[in-house]
This record gives sequence, structure tokens and C-alpha cells, in this order.
Amino acid sequence: MAEEVTKMICITCPVGCTLEVTHEGKTLIKVDGNQCKKGIEYAENELTDPRRMVPTTVKVRGGVHPLVPVCTAAPFPKPRVFDLLAELRKVELQAPVKIGQVVLENALGTGVDVVATRNLPAVN
Amino acid sequence: MLKQKYDVVVIGSGPAGLAAAIEAKKTGAEDVLIIERAKELGGILQQCIHNGFGVEIFKEDLPGPAYAQRFIDQVEELGVETLLDAMVLDITPARHIYAISKWSGFAELDARAIVLAMGCRERTRAQIRIPGTRPAGVYTAGTAQRFVNIEGYMPGNRFVILGSGDIGMIMARRLTFEGAKVERVLEIMPFLTGLTRNYVQCLLDWDIPLQLSHTVSRILGNRRVEAVEAVQVDEKWQPIPGTEEIIPCDTLLLSVGLIPENELSRKAGVALDPVTGGPYVDEGMQTSVPGIFAAGNVVHVYDLVDWVTEAGFLAGRSAAKFAIAERKRTARQVKLQPGDNIRYIVPHVMDKESLAESDQRLQMRVIKPIEEKVWVEVLDGENLVTRKSQRYVRPGEMVTVDIPQKAYDAVQKADTLTVRVVRR
Repeated sequence: MAEEVTKMICITCPVGCTLEVTHEGKTLIKVDGNQCKKGIEYAENELTDPRRMVPTTVKVRGGVHPLVPVCTAAPFPKPRVFDLLAELRKVELQAPVKIGQVVLENALGTGVDVVATRNLPAVN
Repeated sequence: MLKQKYDVVVIGSGPAGLAAAIEAKKTGAEDVLIIERAKELGGILQQCIHNGFGVEIFKEDLPGPAYAQRFIDQVEELGVETLLDAMVLDITPARHIYAISKWSGFAELDARAIVLAMGCRERTRAQIRIPGTRPAGVYTAGTAQRFVNIEGYMPGNRFVILGSGDIGMIMARRLTFEGAKVERVLEIMPFLTGLTRNYVQCLLDWDIPLQLSHTVSRILGNRRVEAVEAVQVDEKWQPIPGTEEIIPCDTLLLSVGLIPENELSRKAGVALDPVTGGPYVDEGMQTSVPGIFAAGNVVHVYDLVDWVTEAGFLAGRSAAKFAIAERKRTARQVKLQPGDNIRYIVPHVMDKESLAESDQRLQMRVIKPIEEKVWVEVLDGENLVTRKSQRYVRPGEMVTVDIPQKAYDAVQKADTLTVRVVRR
């Protein structure tokens, strides 16, 4: 397979370095333009298994709001994000919800949990 | 139950307000109160459910509500008082606050120091003058964010977003996640105005097209938005004829800038910088009005919440120091109160320490004449501090009495000194 250069923007932190990633297929050869080592890790993951944090909301019964925000506890495989969102649409919690509470365990068998990201008190 | 007087009152409980209240308490302010317009603490962070907060302060990547929760927990642990679902109506330069809420009714209170942390608000269609009809379906991005993330409503199905700021791009992804189609993000500038990483993870990742040097030249639709007309602009933002394109959609979101919210600051007499739209501040975040501080997006619009928190810490620390100094200064003051047959006394208050320097003369007028010998008495409650004999008193003739240096110890114990005139 031929060596090629792909431009990427690292999203690990707000700096957003532009990376020039030299690779052969999914094999990383070198990274230029990164300001820290997280850039190399990011480039490697983008080539082999791109993942994203997925913030969204799920329904809640009896809470001060009808929704509670949730987020994957770790980056989640990017190609399966819409499947995850469909799965989370089926979830309905009962208030009160505690921050960090697991909303969906081992989502789609990826080993990644989805957790609540705020406390949601029950309505009095 | 609200107190009548607080060391520090913080207006707003977003990241700046929470940080200010926490730091004020840690610096030694005793009674600290947060007044918040919403029913819960946290401000706009509660609707910013995306991650990306706290990388600088916690070295962690947190969603907005989780970032807010860390500070809300501290506010509760430290015993900061809160008045929620409340509106501050007015603030005077002397730091008297008028507020109203369902729980307190109309409330008046005094603050030794105030931190203004009202944040900012979004520019609207009116402020960027988009021509066309006025149908339903035109929202600011932040309003749509609240609908989708907190209230649980979708404001539309097919969106065009004007502005490539962070809120606009984050909403493009959010709406896509919720099943909507985002047709286009338009940006009038020839460059992205938000963070590059949001371009990647919000637009590129989900194939949402971005067009730079483009704006909305017209809104179409009668009852509801039916389409927008997009147009390319030159370097002077002038539409280039022939580049118009009709984009069918039912909703237009505006992410076209934020304006510091300073109506209360103005009422308090705080001088504003026409460039930032926020108060002029010194290195401790004090405004032009002594004892009134400001922090966060009310001062100027930040791009990272971590920096807003830092600004809140700084303002809270300065406000607490000011309040403590103010408390010490007033603790040294004794009030001079007119008693029997006295209309007024000048001065109205006296620094107790002034007696270490010299005798202090009080000047006053009586209400009614007494044409016989009288005592002019200075009392702390029932205890006589000093007195002077006089042959008569008349309203037309000013009366004076000196508090001698030897009364120093007696005056230290007093909160109020009363002066009266009695027959001998």
C-alpha cells in the first residue's frame, strides 16, 4: 500500500492543532504539527478506530425537567453513534437522578457506559 | 429567610457568579448571597450538555452541567445563601439592592460588596437586520439549545444556521443527533469564528456543510419559515449579485454574537466601555463604583468557561476584601442620634478612633427654646458620657458640645450616642 499524507485537526483540547499524518493504510508512520503527545495518540486512533464523546439527553419521569443530560463515560466508536442515540431514545429514567449514575451499561456491547451528567431532583 | 445586610451579594449563578461566591466565602466574607433569575443554579452551563469544559481548571473534559455541579456542591458546603427564581430590579451606587421573588416577595437588602455576574445575551435578528418576512421559526441558537436540551422540544426539522461561532456549530451537531437535518452553516466572515475542534467534531464528522463569506440575505415564508436566501459576500460584507441561492428549510438559527448584559450595571452608575459593552474594571475586577465588582461575560465575552471561573475567583476575592475592610471601618463608627429636644446633629457618625487624636465637637440645633439653665448631655443608652451646662437654648442659636479625649474608653463600648437637652 502506498504512503499517503492526511490532514487532521486534533480535537483533544481547545488548541486544535492541525496535524499532517503520514500513514500507509491504517498504519501510522509519522505525525507533524502536533504540540503535544496527545496529537500522536489522536492520529493513531483516527486511522484505526475513530471515537467521539457523545453528549445527549434521555427522558425522565417526575423530575424538575423532562430530560436529563447524559454523556458516554469514554469515547465511543464514531460509526455507531447514531445506533447509540437510537438506543438512548428508548431509555426513560425516574427522578431523582444522580450525577454519574449509569444510564446505559456497556452500550451496544462496546464496554462504554453512558452516565448522567447532572443531578436532577424530583419535582415536589 | 433573607438577611438585611450581606458582606457580598453576587448577581447571577453562572460560572462567574458561582466562583465569585465561593472565593468570597473562602476569603473570609461572612454572609454571602447569590441572587439567580432561574429556578436553579448554574446559568447557561445547564443547557451546555456538550463536553469540553474544565480542561484548564480540573484537567478533565467535562460536560457543562457536570462542570457547574462541582461549583454548586462547593456553594452548598460553604453555606452560601441563594435566592432563586428572583429578579434584581435595581441597584444603587450605595449598594442597596431591590429584588423580587415568589419566595421573598419584594425584598430590599444592603451589600458591603456586590459582584455583577449577569453574563451576556445573544444578538437577535433585529440586531443584524435580516430582510424578509417575519414568520415563526427564527431562533437564536441559545434559545433553541434550551428547548432541545432542557425543555425537550424540537424547534424544527430542517435547519439553516447563521454564524460559525461555537454555539452555532454545537447546535448543528445537537440537532443532527436529535434527527433534524442541518442544511447549511453560513458564516459571513472569510474564516471560522468558533474553535477549530468544534468544526471537526460538530460539522465535519457529520457532513454538515459550512460556507464561509456567506450570509442570509432574505427570509421567506408567511406563517412559518419556508426557505432562506443565502448569498456570497465580498470583503466589505456586500452581497455579490448572482450568487443568491434559495435553501428550503423550516427553521433559521442565529449564532451571531453575544452582548454583555449590563442594564443593572448602568442603574448602579457603573461606567461601561463602549468597545466591550461591559464595565471598566481594575486589576481586582472592581468597576468605577467602589464596592461593585464584575466578572465573566458581563465584562467581556470569553471563549473558555475556565477563564470565566478564574475571573469569578478574582472578583469574589476582591469583593470579600472590600467587604471585610468596610465592616472594620463601620465597626469603628458610632452613630450620633438626636434625643430630647434635638432636631439634628452634625456629624452624623464619628470614628471612635478620632478621640485618640483630639476632642470631637458636635454641632446641633434644638427644637424648642428653653429659657433657663439646661444640661446638654451625651449618653450611651442611660450612661452619661459627657455633659455641658448652658444658660438657655434657642432654635436660632446653634448648640455645641465637645466629646473629650478622656471619654475614649466609654465611647469604644457604644454603637450609638444620643444627645439630649434637659432642664437642670
